[in-house]
Parts: sequence; C-alpha cells; structure tokens
Amino acid sequence: MDVASAKMLGAGIAMIALAGVGIGMGTIFGSLVTSVARNPASRDRVFGLAILGFALTEAVALYALVIAFIILFV
Amino acid sequence: MAAEGSNSIDALGQFQLHPALGAIGRSVNFTQSNLMMVVAGLAVLAFLYLGMKPRAMVPGRLQAAAEMGYETIMGMCTETIGGHEGRKFFPFVFTLFFFILFGNLLGVFPLFFTFTSHIMVTLALSLTVFILVTVVGLKEHGLHWFSYFVPPGVPVALAPLMVLIEVISYLSRIISLSVRLFANMMAGHVMLEVFGSFIVMLGGIGLLGYFPAALSLGVNTLLIGFELLVATLQAYVFAILTCIYLHDAVHLH
Repeated sequence: MDVASAKMLGAGIAMIALAGVGIGMGTIFGSLVTSVARNPASRDRVFGLAILGFALTEAVALYALVIAFIILFV
Repeated sequence: MAAEGSNSIDALGQFQLHPALGAIGRSVNFTQSNLMMVVAGLAVLAFLYLGMKPRAMVPGRLQAAAEMGYETIMGMCTETIGGHEGRKFFPFVFTLFFFILFGNLLGVFPLFFTFTSHIMVTLALSLTVFILVTVVGLKEHGLHWFSYFVPPGVPVALAPLMVLIEVISYLSRIISLSVRLFANMMAGHVMLEVFGSFIVMLGGIGLLGYFPAALSLGVNTLLIGFELLVATLQAYVFAILTCIYLHDAVHLH
C-alpha cells in the first residue's frame, strides 16, 4: 500500500470518532426533551445548558476532523 | 478557490497569510490576520461607544445590543465565579468574549479573514487564560493551591495516580480550549470552501450539473447561518469556560 492511499484510509478511520459524537448528541437532546416534558417551566434554563453541552460535544467531532485534515494535508 | 474544471479542492489555501498594508506591512510582517485583529478591536470599541452614547431610558437597537452583551457577561461572571470575584474578573471576560465574538463574526463576511481560524491565535488566547488562572490561584491561596490536584476523599493508595491525572487534565485545558475554538472556525470555513468549490465544479460540467450545483448553493446558504450560530456559541463557550476555570482558581473545587 502506498502512502497516499494509506493517508486516505487513515482519514476515513479517524472519522469513526463521529459515532461517539452521535451518541453524545442524541443523549444531550434526548435528555433535553425528557426534562422539558417533565418540567416545561425549566425550559429556558435547561436549553442554555443543552446548547453548552452541544458545543462541547461538537468540539470532539471537530478534533477528529482536524486529525483527518492533518493526515490528509500536512 | 478551485479553478473551473480542476478536480482538486484547495480547502486550506484560504488560511494562508499575506502581508497587509503594502510595503510597511511587508517590512514588519503585518499580515491580514493582524489587520483583522485591529479591525475587530476597533469594531468592539465603536459598537460599545455608539451603543452607549444615546444613554436613552428606552434603548434603541444598538443600545439594547450593547446592554444585552454587558448583562449577559455580567450574569455569567457573577453566577459562575461568584458575586465579588465575578465583578473583579468581569472586564477580562468581557474583553475576551467580544474580541473572539467579533473575530468569529467578521470571518463570515466576504473578503474578511477569520483570525481565530489559526491555532497560534487561539493558543495565545488560551495561554493567557491559563496563566491568569494559575497566577490567580497562587495569589489567592498561596501554596495551599496545590491541594487542588488532590481530590477530596481519595484513598491514600490512589492519591499519586489521581494527582497525575489531575495535573494532566489541568494542563490539557490549554489544548482543549484552543483547539475547540480553532477547529470550529477552521472546519466551518473549510466546509464553506468545499461546497463553494462544488458549485463551481458542478456548474462547469454543463446541464447535468446545474441541479446539484443549486443544491450546493442551498447548503452553503444554510452553512452561513450555521456559521453565525457557531461563531456566537464558541465565543460564549470560551468565555464561560474561562469563568469556570477562574471559579476553580478562586474557590478550589
């Protein structure tokens, strides 16, 4: 296997991290729906926390993306 | 930008630095990134000055925006760090938030450069936060501050391992804080570039490509909106994480 194709494969494999991110995002917004359904009055407060959690989880996906870019281009 | 007909996408070329302001800029290595920092700083000053100038009882749009920014960051500081200390660190967090926010938002406009898409810029910002947090912790608690690395109620046998883990997690704040902002901004702009190249390349192959090209244009439009969200959110996340770290430094757990 030459280096170029190994790089392509490596970048693809790095994207497996997105499985974990998907699970995390599902958990965050699933919990958001559950908690708002239980206590609709808490919506404003819980929504801010959910968005913070969303941003932190999304960052994990972007770490994987950066690693893929480093493999591909650097 | 990928040239028409070429089949490779130059996704990272947009982040290349060029000297700005002609010969003077070239001689002191003043790049468009630095120019954007100056523009962002001036924009924040102009926003706050023009926003607060009317001092109206019923605020206009600009004044409402300026007051909202002030109140959001003030609330964040006092709630997260704690009343007295929160007010003490408010100017720092406010400056940081607005500098990053304007830097992120300027990048969405055409012909402007996002200086937060370079890791050296975000690393400098996160190192500033890290050094400040460490200095504040040492100043508030003296050598007692090092007990921060020993979580309370940990068995003696596990203590060395826990200290090691705590030190690593404390040091990794520099990386996580900087890479989060940098990766978000860079990934967003790379996505815009990739879909922008799709439009050019698919439009170039003729009638068959027009529909997917229009689709890419739609995706790009949505991505711009998403970028606006991400830009605000990442500035907010950076500011609130700074507040959380400062809380840890002031209160030790």
